[in-house]
Amino acid sequence: MDQTLWTYFFVILTFGIYIGIAVWARAGSTDEFYVAGHDVHPALNGMATGADWMSAASFLSMAGLIAFLGYGGSVYLMGWTGGYVLLALLLAPYLREFGKFTVPDFVGDRYYSKLARVIAVICALMVSFTYIAGQMKGVGVAFSGFLGVDFNLGIIIGSAIVFIYAVWGGMKGITYTQVAQYVVMIFAYTVPAIFISLIITGNAVPQLGFIGNAVGTDVPMLEKLNTVLTELGFIEYTSTDKSKIDVFCITAALMFGTSGLPHVIIRFFTVNSAKAARKSAGWALIFIALLYTTAPAIGAFARMNFVETVNEATYIQDGEDYETRAAEISSEGGKPVPAWYKDWEKTGLLSFEDKNQDGIMQYRGPNAPDNIENEVDPNRDIFVLANPQIAQLPAWVIGLVVAGGLAAALSTAAGLLMVISSAVSHDLLKKTFTPDMTEKQEMLAARLAAAAAVIAAGFIGAFASSLPFVAQVVAFAFGIAAASLFPIIFLGIFWKRMNREGAIAAMLTGLISTVSYISYFKFMGGTEEGWWFGISPEGIGFAFMWVSLTVGVILSLVTAPPPLAIQTLVDDIRIPGTVKEKIYERRRQDLSGS
Amino acid sequence: MIDDQVENRALYWRATKRLTVCLLLIWFIVSFGAGILFRDALDNFSIGGAPFGFWMAQNGSIYIFVLLIIIYCIQMTRLERKFGIKG
Repeated sequence: MDQTLWTYFFVILTFGIYIGIAVWARAGSTDEFYVAGHDVHPALNGMATGADWMSAASFLSMAGLIAFLGYGGSVYLMGWTGGYVLLALLLAPYLREFGKFTVPDFVGDRYYSKLARVIAVICALMVSFTYIAGQMKGVGVAFSGFLGVDFNLGIIIGSAIVFIYAVWGGMKGITYTQVAQYVVMIFAYTVPAIFISLIITGNAVPQLGFIGNAVGTDVPMLEKLNTVLTELGFIEYTSTDKSKIDVFCITAALMFGTSGLPHVIIRFFTVNSAKAARKSAGWALIFIALLYTTAPAIGAFARMNFVETVNEATYIQDGEDYETRAAEISSEGGKPVPAWYKDWEKTGLLSFEDKNQDGIMQYRGPNAPDNIENEVDPNRDIFVLANPQIAQLPAWVIGLVVAGGLAAALSTAAGLLMVISSAVSHDLLKKTFTPDMTEKQEMLAARLAAAAAVIAAGFIGAFASSLPFVAQVVAFAFGIAAASLFPIIFLGIFWKRMNREGAIAAMLTGLISTVSYISYFKFMGGTEEGWWFGISPEGIGFAFMWVSLTVGVILSLVTAPPPLAIQTLVDDIRIPGTVKEKIYERRRQDLSGS
Repeated sequence: MIDDQVENRALYWRATKRLTVCLLLIWFIVSFGAGILFRDALDNFSIGGAPFGFWMAQNGSIYIFVLLIIIYCIQMTRLERKFGIKG
């Protein structure tokens, strides 16, 4: 079978599995629809969280970003894993003990305020819609790049699949499809990585190859990469041109943002106790670390391989027969442009402009010692996508990588849809505007909201094709989550004195400041010289998080303390088992009373 | 009996906070400390063929994050047993 057939085979097979799971896991109650009945095994939930978490950006763009940024790419590696420590230690067990459905649910109850709940809904919706745009774009890229399907049609197909299993199965359907998607993803990511590692370092474990020697030499792979890159006029791979404070802030914004992302938090509502939530966070990070410790290895190998095979290669024009011309160049002692390069050129992800008209491809950095202009421009997503071909793996592996990329995008999109649908049906309708709706009506509202959200997401995704690459778009969501949601959830658990006034002010401060800063510097022509304290828009969420915390604390101290019932509630969520026990107690009393 | 429970709960919460602060301190040191603030100094050492600070930022800190959550789970279970919290 050829590559396209294999790709169709894997994509159709995996899509079939997802739909099969959805039919099997149809949600029958709001409990099942919102939180999969609070009854998912911690390890399975960990796996689902891994898939939920690792988006199209993690799967497609991250390794490529690291390949280009070198040490600068560390912000994503530490940021997108370190957040789980915060989640496990500070938030997940307590929110699970609280035992409701959504993040605004916690905010509304803890701060005894409908207004606070509605603002939390706005934050959750903003985060989720920004994030989902990146996923839908990823789906479009995967379809158009591999199957020759039109970009927009790709998005429609992807939306239809998510529609079926999210609307039908709710959180229960999503959970078990995410488990399947994790398996597809991790396999698709690590298999090519192992082979690339063998080629570059001779070590089958990418994490060990990363710190090992370049194949056939006594020189460490990273040292060789540093030398090669500086000779071409790039900065050393193990260094960065970002300032220390900026690297610090971006990493922190991604970490705190991760722990405040509603679609990640709600995954921990699906297990059955605070203890299970802790364990589940541990499992999630183990599953995530498998991919995240492989990514920097892929990044370094890919950069090395790119320099070695593409730089100074003789270009072969489109009209010429690749095989004969390549053999000719080799016999003349030259290096022909690699076959995978020619293949991927068609997608527009790679380009070559022969500026000095010598027919040779020169890859150079901004400070090239020989003053030759750079002629090759690779897109960041290319490395993960082209890996299997670079490693000369069989055609079926490429099909698998496509299925993996789609799994990454769809699983995250589905998790986000749950946040959007429950925020509308549960928090806005049931808890704020139409409290007397029945469970059946609420379910219908949830399904309709999910359906509307899928369609909206599809449109945003199509529009997003004109936005910069996936990982950068996603970074916006983290700033908002870090500055507006994290502070009030954290204070709500660890500081009993935190009250309604403080929470509302803190959320608004975080939201408005972060959105204004990012919009100004990303869309309204702000320049790098204007950055406050040298902090980029990607890292500003961390700075505004402190502002938001301070505003919240001060305003709480100058206004009345929260009611006694709320203070008792905070005491209860700190001790595992208490909230559930009290509910049983109340039910017993109701029964004996009637 | 009730007083005992109240006191145990207070002690449990205090122990939980202490454990949380200790682990977060390590979390900060291995990532922001070793991977960012002091990486230049640590790069003078190496692990295998990688500069140590660079490796901590790209791989090492992630392994320690996993360890931290595992330690937290074990210790919390122990605390819950000690103070008679059902969980």
